[in-house]
Amino acid sequence: MADMLPRDEILEGRMVEGEGVTVMPAAPASRLSLRAPEKSLASLSKALGLELPTNPKSSATVGSRAALWLGPDEWLVIEGSGAALAAACARVKAFHAAVDISHRNTGLIVSGPRCADVLNAGCPQDLSLAAFPVGAASRTVLGKAEAVLWRTARDAFRVECWRSFADYVFMLLEAAARDV
Amino acid sequence: MLLIHCPYCGEARPELEFRHAGEAHVARPVGADVGDEDFEAFLFLRANPKGIVFERWRHIHGCGRFFNAARDTVSDRFLVTYKAGDKAPADIEGGRV
Ligand SMILES: [Zn+2]
Repeated sequence: MADMLPRDEILEGRMVEGEGVTVMPAAPASRLSLRAPEKSLASLSKALGLELPTNPKSSATVGSRAALWLGPDEWLVIEGSGAALAAACARVKAFHAAVDISHRNTGLIVSGPRCADVLNAGCPQDLSLAAFPVGAASRTVLGKAEAVLWRTARDAFRVECWRSFADYVFMLLEAAARDV
Repeated sequence: MLLIHCPYCGEARPELEFRHAGEAHVARPVGADVGDEDFEAFLFLRANPKGIVFERWRHIHGCGRFFNAARDTVSDRFLVTYKAGDKAPADIEGGRV
């Protein structure tokens, strides 16, 4: 957003390189928490320029923008270019709630052949490729924090957690990367 | 770890993502002749049987939805889960609704 206050990235400069895994902060992004009933989806999809996914644990990506299914009426929209997401939805007349959470969350990229093992140190979900394929996304727990996992490639996950949990989540993954 | 099937996510997920939310199918009393005793029952009195119970659960760290489940309190086994608003399955042995 153009009128966003400049803010230090909480994990700026931190990185872990373990055996077969790298944990690093994701580039800053704008984020939207979107709640909407089924009959609003067509106009919201049009405004956002992507088809909001309706299948559990799925996501839709167009360019630098992605929408992750979190619940039957809830999505997390992430935009890497910094374009204003709430403004795009503000023009939509159909019933919905769109909250800009760009600074509520922070993103981490966990990549490498052992990325799923490292995440499984804190996440109880089955993260095998069969159960959690590329493109799958889900809200879940990561140790004592709540997080959203999104598998962006065979060997890469994006982890979205609250900014206040970022230090904890990073250190959890750091310890896991050392031990796994 | 105990796996619980979420009817909204359509799959079994680890229990850490869920939270128990009390007895299910407790209907609020309605009508002109509703008295204190009806509200006492609605607000405070729960069956708490040993055996099969119908409960509300919430997939709080997943899709966020409330749903209902039939669970055996002796074995801690989930017999069935179903969406909020759906009727309790009638064919669950010994169940009380
Ligand atoms: Zn669910």
